[in-house]
Amino acid sequence: MGVAVDKELGAVHGEEMTLNIGPQHPSTHGVLRLKVKTDGEIITEIIPYIGYLHRCFEKHCENLTYEQAIPFTDRCDYIGSMNNNFGYAVAVEQLMDITISEKVEYMRIIVAEMNRLASHLLAIGTFGLDVGAFTPFLYCFRDRERILDLFEMLCGARLLYNYIWIGGVSHDFPVGWVEKTYDFLDYFEPKISEYNQLLTYNKIFIERSADVGVIPSEVAISYGVTGPNLRGSGIRWDLRKDEVYGIYDRFDFDVPIGTGAMGSVGDCWDRYYVRVRELEESVKIIRQALDAMPRDGDVHAALPKKIRPKAGHVYSRTESPRGDLGFYIASDGSDTPSRLKMRSPAFTALSCLDEIARGWMISDVIAILGSLDIVLGEIDR
Amino acid sequence: MNFAGIVEEINTRFGDGFAVVDEEVSLRTVRVSPEQWGELAPFLCEEDSLSFDAMMCITGIDEGEESKNLAVVYNLHSMKHNHKLEVYVPTPRALPKVPSVEQIWRIADWFERETYDMFGIEFEGHRDLRRILLPSDWDGYPLRKDYKFPDTYRGIVVDKMKEGWE
Amino acid sequence: MVDFFLDTFSGIGWLSSSPNLSFFLAVTLAGLPIFLFMALNALVAVYAERKVSAFMQDRLGPMGQGVGLHAGKWGMLQTAADAVKLLTKEDIIPASADRKLFVLAPFILFVGSFVAFAGLPFNEYVVAADFNLGIYYILAMGSVGVIGVILAGYSSNNKWSLYGAMRSAAQIVSYEIPAGLSLLAVIMLTGSLAFRDIVAAQTGTTLAVLPNWFIFDNPFTFFAFWLFFIAGIAEVNRTPFDLPEAESELVAGFHTEYSGMRWSFFFLTEYANMFIVAGVAALAFLGGWLSPIPGYFEGGLWGIFWFMSKAMFLIFVMMWFRWTFPRLRTDQLMRMCWKFFMPASFLTIVGVGIWDLFIR
Repeated sequence: MGVAVDKELGAVHGEEMTLNIGPQHPSTHGVLRLKVKTDGEIITEIIPYIGYLHRCFEKHCENLTYEQAIPFTDRCDYIGSMNNNFGYAVAVEQLMDITISEKVEYMRIIVAEMNRLASHLLAIGTFGLDVGAFTPFLYCFRDRERILDLFEMLCGARLLYNYIWIGGVSHDFPVGWVEKTYDFLDYFEPKISEYNQLLTYNKIFIERSADVGVIPSEVAISYGVTGPNLRGSGIRWDLRKDEVYGIYDRFDFDVPIGTGAMGSVGDCWDRYYVRVRELEESVKIIRQALDAMPRDGDVHAALPKKIRPKAGHVYSRTESPRGDLGFYIASDGSDTPSRLKMRSPAFTALSCLDEIARGWMISDVIAILGSLDIVLGEIDR
Repeated sequence: MNFAGIVEEINTRFGDGFAVVDEEVSLRTVRVSPEQWGELAPFLCEEDSLSFDAMMCITGIDEGEESKNLAVVYNLHSMKHNHKLEVYVPTPRALPKVPSVEQIWRIADWFERETYDMFGIEFEGHRDLRRILLPSDWDGYPLRKDYKFPDTYRGIVVDKMKEGWE
Repeated sequence: MVDFFLDTFSGIGWLSSSPNLSFFLAVTLAGLPIFLFMALNALVAVYAERKVSAFMQDRLGPMGQGVGLHAGKWGMLQTAADAVKLLTKEDIIPASADRKLFVLAPFILFVGSFVAFAGLPFNEYVVAADFNLGIYYILAMGSVGVIGVILAGYSSNNKWSLYGAMRSAAQIVSYEIPAGLSLLAVIMLTGSLAFRDIVAAQTGTTLAVLPNWFIFDNPFTFFAFWLFFIAGIAEVNRTPFDLPEAESELVAGFHTEYSGMRWSFFFLTEYANMFIVAGVAALAFLGGWLSPIPGYFEGGLWGIFWFMSKAMFLIFVMMWFRWTFPRLRTDQLMRMCWKFFMPASFLTIVGVGIWDLFIR
């Protein structure tokens, strides 16, 4: 069902109300202010105001060496820190032409995919919370805790890891970590069907999210929407398969896309379901990586003594849980970058909110925002 | 299509030497002037063989104190043909103006606002050019190399940058 | 109970000579236990909700390390601590709010609920005011609360509260119709509006094994029970119909601007309303104070025990719903009421009538 307002009927509209959602609000995924103009309960315009979490990441990086910038990249998308580090390391390694060992490649993929699991669990749980289902949120967090425990065992941090360094990783897998990860994967796979029973196929949830907030594919590409949001609109584009980085070409996994199973292609349910399916795919990748990883080798072997790339620019992108995360690095031959720009996927996802949310109701705006899975840390940097 | 092919297409359409390959920047970069960019952009999007429908990133760059230029770098990608292009558009620091492409690629709306916010580059034809990350009454353009940090903002004293650790 | 007090007072000389005073005293004395029961119900229900929700969400809820200064074993003192906190909070009234209405709104809401409690029997003998139009009276008094909700939303001078109040008013008023109509099915079978008669009509057994409750009587009353129960949940503003208080959307809907003791009135009334809905469902469909094993454990205190357990079980089911389902959007909620519940309740009435006439 669609409540898209017929603009021709505008003659009958009552007075226009301007409402403010945020910046403090139990629903938004960070500090975000939305100025909403409504006609009754139907939205006529949404203007997002961002910048509340702007911490001058790019300006800072111009005074830091390349290694010193790694913890700063963690804090941009704080839910998927490993993937941020990964993207940055790949960019700098491209600039410097470093090759890294097999073992490190496998390790990077394992932690990046585990972080993708954690990030998607949070996205799924908070989306459920936004539409009023309180329990799946806690189930998702219970499982996410296990992942964070594994990370804590690995590098000491639960959320901001500073793990993937330029040329290697910071710590080798401790004794027993691989077995614990296998145990976790065995525990986790049946939980995905639990989420499906509780939330995905729930009639009320489907009514709240199917057909709501459809992003047509041309709009998605023009607005630079990427990642699960783009795949939810039916476009099979995944940087892990289409612009291979690391050793992703050695793994066998599918790329789920939205098919409009419950409503239209590109609605909130599709985006949500793509994330649920990606949980299964990431589990596959982690298993394959753990099986194939060489067990011995020095993880610090390829760390360069001094990171001083030659002058030049590079733009490289990787697949973070939110979409394609791009780093544009301009180097002038010294050991600090002259310009470091992070192109964040949530920034582009939020920019299309006005276009897709017009004609829906306020409850739907919350649902659409939840399905876009934004993190203000990476939007504002 | 590979990079050489793309450059050839552009030069065929606009005349030889229109797009200058700038290997100092990177192996896939083409340098054009701001006026040329205004003509090139719709061509890149609409031409069937090129079909650059996705704007991956728009970055502002300050070329450094010796050069008198700021620059805007556009990274483009085609979902249809799966090829990429980088366009480097320098513009004078004294009066930085670049034609806006936000009606061609809708993401350029926010990217250009961010570049304006950080560098002060004015995008001509942008329908709503205002600051996006910083408060609307902020003075100055922070990512420029000659940016001086303000002493106070609305009466709040801004801490000086400290040297070394404390 | 009012009658009981009036009878006792007629025995006391100086009271029986002033009928106004004796009536006033009787009514007050009958009302006190209700008020105490409502407060107690809120305390127990809040604790139960927190523990039930915690266990459903794979966590522990309020806990304590033992008797002493902590919240007791099982965390039972937590609710008492919450009550004390609410009592001692600063009373904030927004500067631009309509003071008189702001102060009045929680009272109106509370009064609506309290007055409905007065007609709810716990036993053949224990009832505050014995009406012979029991069910009708409770349905009517359930509507009084809507005024309180609207006043609360309007007087807060807050757009979000106003939204919540409007949604809530529309919801409550709409869902009263299916609730009333599905009760009509039961009333048709008994021919009386008084609770005493409705429960009396459910004594004995049916099919030799099941108790003769209306829920087992015929498939249409079974359907009517669910219609009434779900419409009742919508009346009380519980998830999946809790849009007016939708936490993640409107912060807290129509009671956003209330804090401290005023807010606890809303809270208390919500749990009291839950009890009323559960109580009426138990009386009309589940046999009220009759035992599930007909003939045994009946009469007197057992009656109160059975009634309370049935009502408590239904309250548990309401809590179960809250923590399982997402919430419905306003227009979906209204559509469900007008396009599904209303025709369905009409059908149950027709169905019960046909069943009673031809099949029995």
